[in-house]
Amino acid sequence: MGMGIDVRNRMAKRAAEEVTPGMVVNLGIGIPSLVPNHLPGGMNVMFHAENGIVGMGESPVRGLEDENLCNAGGFPVTVLQGSSYCDSAMAFGMIRRGRVGLTILGSLQVSKRGDLANWIVPGKKVPGMGGAMELAQKARKVIVLMNHTDKNGAPKILESCTLPLTASECVDLVITDLAVFKVENGSLLLTELFAPHTITEIAARTGCDFSVAEDLRVIDY
Amino acid sequence: MEMELEIKMENPFGKIATLEKAMEHFHDGMTLMFGGFGGVGSPPDLIDGILEKNIKNLVLIGNDTGFPEIGIGKIVSRGRAKKIIASHIGSNPVAGTLMTEGLLEVEFSPQGTLCERIRAGGMGLGAILTDIGVGHDLVSKGKKTMELNGKDYLIEPALTAEVSIVYARKADPYGNLVFDKSARNTNPLVAMAGAFTIAEAEEIVPLGSLNPEEIVTPGVFVDMVIPSGGVNWKWAWE
Repeated sequence: MGMGIDVRNRMAKRAAEEVTPGMVVNLGIGIPSLVPNHLPGGMNVMFHAENGIVGMGESPVRGLEDENLCNAGGFPVTVLQGSSYCDSAMAFGMIRRGRVGLTILGSLQVSKRGDLANWIVPGKKVPGMGGAMELAQKARKVIVLMNHTDKNGAPKILESCTLPLTASECVDLVITDLAVFKVENGSLLLTELFAPHTITEIAARTGCDFSVAEDLRVIDY
Repeated sequence: MEMELEIKMENPFGKIATLEKAMEHFHDGMTLMFGGFGGVGSPPDLIDGILEKNIKNLVLIGNDTGFPEIGIGKIVSRGRAKKIIASHIGSNPVAGTLMTEGLLEVEFSPQGTLCERIRAGGMGLGAILTDIGVGHDLVSKGKKTMELNGKDYLIEPALTAEVSIVYARKADPYGNLVFDKSARNTNPLVAMAGAFTIAEAEEIVPLGSLNPEEIVTPGVFVDMVIPSGGVNWKWAWE
């Protein structure tokens, strides 16, 4: 654990480093929704929602929520100057057409090839895929933000996913509470680790092999 | 009620009606398409009308199953639907339980594909071609694929319904609609795909008071307009 910044925000802060000015970004629910808090002030980023918003701003102050202005998760949002509303078909057209530069999603499992499994736990949880398939398959860059292991300590980064896939070979970057991996040519490259975790510890909690970047970065925020 | 409407608003196209009149178009076992996304933009009075008339065995088509007491969720949670075609049911645990118990058949369609299938139905097309879900066990199951220009596509059939229900911010007597912010979501698509489309509007405004440039759904697609009492459920975030 770092000094003063909790694990979830540390992951979100690292993900925020991937956001560049002018980008259209779609955020999943959970930890990804913390990413905007870590962007430099004044950076022009258009946050996209599947229900039909481009240009979301921060959450409204309590009492000023608009029931007809919500993100795809159903929570009230605000919009910034330059925003627009559209129907959901058009919102997905933006995704399929490659106009969404980055999506940051949660996941249940990720394989070393970048397969994503985040829509179903057969016999247990069948929420449905929502818009995850389109985002995973078509956003220009796909980042997964998830815990390194599940609540029983089992690795979530695997040789092959055991859960049904949302989309195959789509993930570019995996950010966990321990480390950051790049998916490159069907294998994983450990590029960063969060202090004070070690490569040995990360290897023990990862379900597949990976290579280690020569210029491995230790993140200490 | 009818008298009152006549006094308030001219009804030259005969489309403005009461909830009671609208309910004549609902029957057991029908295919019903609804607008809304997590309950936002779903028509509250029509949903309550369906519950009060005790309509059963519905085949529902829409983005999701809402929340247990929000939007279409109110109908799903009370076991009034036998099947739903949706992209997710995650926000309504009752839907999940009904599905597990075999009381609700759920056909999952990826959200963007579902929207486009509804749009295709509304546009008078037979299907769409998409590479979303090609080779995906569940999504591609039982569907034809097609190779075009060296790429594989799934043929995803268009969707239509006997009745579509939508929620609009404003409607005029011809049924021209504008929506409110993110409550637009699937409503313009659903409005086109119904054989009979009923719009519940927060406000019914005189003919000519909507700027033709701002109309999102042309009244051509809308058969009936009823006034809305507004959202009557408590949101999850409240």
